[in-house]
Amino acid sequence: MHDFQFWPTLITIAVVFGILQGTAGFLVYVERKVCAYMQNRIGPNRVGPYGLLQVLADVLKFLFKEETLPKKADKVLFLLAPVLAFSTALLSFAVVPFGATEPAPLPPTPPAAMMQSATPLEKQQQAAIETEYQKKVQEYRSTYQFVIAPNIDIGILFIFGISSLAVYGVILGGWSSNNKYSLVGALRASAQIISYEIPLGLSILGVLLITGSLNLERIIWNQAEQGFFGWNVFIQPVAFLLFMTSAFAECNRLPFDLPESEQELIGGYHTEYNAFKLAFFLLAEYVHMITTSFLMVILFFGGWHFPIIAGPETGWFLKLIVFAGKVTFFILFYMLIRWTIPRFRFDQLMALAWKVLIPLALANLVMVMIVKEMTWPEWVLLPASLAAVVVAGAFALNAPPRPRVAPRGD
Amino acid sequence: MPIAEKDVTWVKPPKMGLLERLYLPAIAQGLQTTLKHMFGKKVTQQFPEERPQLPPNYRGVHRLNRDEEGRVKCVACYMCSTACPARCIDIVAAPSPWPDREKYPEVFVIDELRCIYCGMCEQACPCDAIELTSLFDLTGLSREEMMFDKEKLLSVFDQTATKGEDPIRTKSGRLSIASEPNV
Repeated sequence: MHDFQFWPTLITIAVVFGILQGTAGFLVYVERKVCAYMQNRIGPNRVGPYGLLQVLADVLKFLFKEETLPKKADKVLFLLAPVLAFSTALLSFAVVPFGATEPAPLPPTPPAAMMQSATPLEKQQQAAIETEYQKKVQEYRSTYQFVIAPNIDIGILFIFGISSLAVYGVILGGWSSNNKYSLVGALRASAQIISYEIPLGLSILGVLLITGSLNLERIIWNQAEQGFFGWNVFIQPVAFLLFMTSAFAECNRLPFDLPESEQELIGGYHTEYNAFKLAFFLLAEYVHMITTSFLMVILFFGGWHFPIIAGPETGWFLKLIVFAGKVTFFILFYMLIRWTIPRFRFDQLMALAWKVLIPLALANLVMVMIVKEMTWPEWVLLPASLAAVVVAGAFALNAPPRPRVAPRGD
Repeated sequence: MPIAEKDVTWVKPPKMGLLERLYLPAIAQGLQTTLKHMFGKKVTQQFPEERPQLPPNYRGVHRLNRDEEGRVKCVACYMCSTACPARCIDIVAAPSPWPDREKYPEVFVIDELRCIYCGMCEQACPCDAIELTSLFDLTGLSREEMMFDKEKLLSVFDQTATKGEDPIRTKSGRLSIASEPNV
């Protein structure tokens, strides 16, 4: 549908990746500031006004550090791991809309050529619809879409596919370092990310069922058309909670940062890394954070839509601002959570994924299917999902106590 | 001897209610606490610009006091170096050039890196000659630089005695009252 245009795409890629990396670096500073404020401190404030040039100082420090390779490391994989982590993190941003977008017009059904026994009047109508459609297509092609690869119909699937590749960066990094701490971190990462990918995927199935498309632009459009209460978070609050929790785990952020818990594993999978290789890992983590924040906004909070301020008819600038504002909110929320909730124990982490998130996600999916099948109004899902959470809590309340481990020597 | 079964009280953790089981209210509570701190008063002291308010009995760098004639008060009795638990005070006594005392310290060196700043030298001194000041940010580029000799310790006195933060504290000595001309 959307012809590939070389120069606009190249410029978009350059601008988006530049901004993405700059923001990721800047987020390190924001993280330190937020952490400091929460602990009644001031945080970095020496380099430049309000410490804003701290980012530059950090990057320079990373650049000028001595590059070292552990003697017994697997050199190729050791060097490949950070590149893999960083490139997959950037790659998954390719289909994420970051500003004003609109879905490509749908072709009219049934196409005029397919109608065999059409009367002349019907044929005339079909031709009119066809020309109308061509006009819309022309209009769509002439407007700039704020996404690197517009109109990708497998959108969200592509992101999930790429982001599950990201775990290879972590595993290879931990394995090739030839260090016990790194290996333990990598093993934890693989178990955790594989476990949390299931609720991550299951939780958005409900959204996809309601929208009827994997295309991210269409998901935004669908919510924007229905106004404020059409945002998916009001229809499926549980799905949003599950998605957010799993996304936190996928990004290895606290409270799920077991692969790199510094108290037990020094640095986890990046113990042996230094200089710019380490910076790649850290940047990848922050880019993941940005991407998942974008996804949360797109899937559940209406993308660029905001009541009164930005509707389908408003200009691109307002939409960009609204989008950026929402994403900033979620990134700050990430940080807020990080400095609020302590880290899970590993068995708790696994129990949360397999015993809580996956059953809830399945229940949510079944509820959406029932509502769609019965063609009930969608708002029914709001009380239904809240009830599901309460029922799950009640289940846990009556769960039999865990068997006490017998003391040794008896 | 093992503890008898009847002496053991098993304490069970309190049972969680439905709200606690849902986990989300607890998270909201936590977020409330962290948010409150985020906009609360900051406790950071911007050090080089803001100096800390030290308590009057703060134990920092030593000084050797002077009497009213500007001579070193110390009579080289070795009480401080005997009391010193870190053994960082090195004194070499010599016959005093002045008639009011027998000895004076020809060499008086304190190793400021070895000192633990316990203040026992100050307590031991019979004539209030050695005192700890409120100077805390002493720095040096070498270990030798941190061996404070007599001149250096006297200059610390010249620096601090008139500033008001470090008045002569102990008054038990027999020798002159020093540096407090109005007493």
